[in-house]
Amino acid sequence: MTDAGYDEWLDAVGTGDGYYLECPAGHGSLPPRRVCPHCGSADLDRTDLPATGTVETFTICYVGGPDFTDEEPYATAIAAFGDVRLTGVVRGTDPEAVTVGMPVEPATGSNRTTGEDLLVLRPR
Amino acid sequence: MTGVRVAGVGLTHFGRHPERTGRDMFGEAALAAREESGVPPEDIESINYGNFMGTLAERQGHQAPLMAEAAGLQCPATRYEDACASAGVAVREAVRTVRSGEADVVLAGGCERMTNLSTADVTEGLATAADELYEVRAGMTFPGAYALMARAYFERFGGSREDLAHVAVKNHENALPNEYAQFHRAITVDEVLDAPMVSDPVGLLDACPVTDGASAIVLVSDEYAERAGLDAPVSVTGSGQGGDKLALQDREELAVTPATERAAAEAYDDAGCSPGDVDLVEVHDCFTIAEILAIEGLGFYEPGEGIGAARRGETTSTSKLPVNLSGGLKAKGHPVGATGGSQIVEMTRLLRGDHPNSEHVEDATLGVTHNAGGTVASAVVHVLEVDG
Repeated sequence: MTDAGYDEWLDAVGTGDGYYLECPAGHGSLPPRRVCPHCGSADLDRTDLPATGTVETFTICYVGGPDFTDEEPYATAIAAFGDVRLTGVVRGTDPEAVTVGMPVEPATGSNRTTGEDLLVLRPR
Repeated sequence: MTGVRVAGVGLTHFGRHPERTGRDMFGEAALAAREESGVPPEDIESINYGNFMGTLAERQGHQAPLMAEAAGLQCPATRYEDACASAGVAVREAVRTVRSGEADVVLAGGCERMTNLSTADVTEGLATAADELYEVRAGMTFPGAYALMARAYFERFGGSREDLAHVAVKNHENALPNEYAQFHRAITVDEVLDAPMVSDPVGLLDACPVTDGASAIVLVSDEYAERAGLDAPVSVTGSGQGGDKLALQDREELAVTPATERAAAEAYDDAGCSPGDVDLVEVHDCFTIAEILAIEGLGFYEPGEGIGAARRGETTSTSKLPVNLSGGLKAKGHPVGATGGSQIVEMTRLLRGDHPNSEHVEDATLGVTHNAGGTVASAVVHVLEVDG
């Protein structure tokens, strides 16, 4: 399946060229977007995604869906990157070692069950 | 604008009934509501039907006309879908239709068949209520989503898994006399804490079960009730709905639920009441943390203050503000597309005095129901009042 807008964004994150969309009021959002979800502005510009984010919250998932049976147990975290947050699977560390406040960088990886690309957060 | 009365209510048993079809369950609930109401079938002008994942569980789309057949009604029917708030919005739109004068009688409710699926397939099905691109592909399940919210809550306000365990203990206790409930088993705080972890910090006993069931309510105008001489002492006096960004990552904060705040403000204003007037409440406790977020969003506690409410005994059956006397989603069960309707059914019985837990709220006149979809990207609040 192709998801125009999202696929290009994920590829860009994978090559270290991640970006987000920013409106004149400074609200951040992620593609595909035609308007800012926070204020409705149609004036959206690409802005570089910060290289480092901070884990705001996380969970260690022991019972995933069918697409994650080969990943369990795994940590999913929400990390703040300036004006946007990203949700990703934490790789590169033991799930038990993830903490709130931990610095992470965005990357891509393969889903271990489906082989599809997914967003990964790696400790920095 | 006319008032809206609950003329009749119906439920199926909530539990594991993997062999039962959706049409059979909704037919049972609708028939029970119709019979209790005394309203002749030809007077029912439309059906508002809540269902979330029937296209996955039964491979059945276009369910609403099927449910009209199952209810023995010849009227138009429409499916409402807002994930776990599907029946809540179905009831809300029925209330609005009757108030507008478009119809005198509407049957609302919902149904969900779930236990015919494997745990993995249910997990996947429920996850479709989250953002597919940005959440589900990052491994977010529904227990996982509420675990993210729970940890964010602990970080911001404090609290512990033990605080949450008291919510589960309370709701299991409340479900004991409820014949419609999935669980009739008292549990202890230690059992909750020692249960297998699903998605840390959400354990198995912090989570509602997977449930099959249906709910139905016959809603009528004041004028119709009087004309037909119905015994319908409970009215829906307030209705509100709130929305939020679908994905948690796009919300301003992760430890509060503004959709609930907005729905509650609208419903309280509609009914002309305030949180202090509420005698009892049924809230959407799909996970123990969800009850905390709900009682704060509904205005009974300041953000960060609700976490210890169950532990302190402030929300138990014998307290001033009993929360989830039905057993809640946690112990009564959560057939997702039926839940918002079942909350109206339970509240109606509690206020009328014919619920096994009515003895705890004998003087109650005003109750509130709160139904949430996804990670509270949708919230519906209703105010119900009983004639004095």
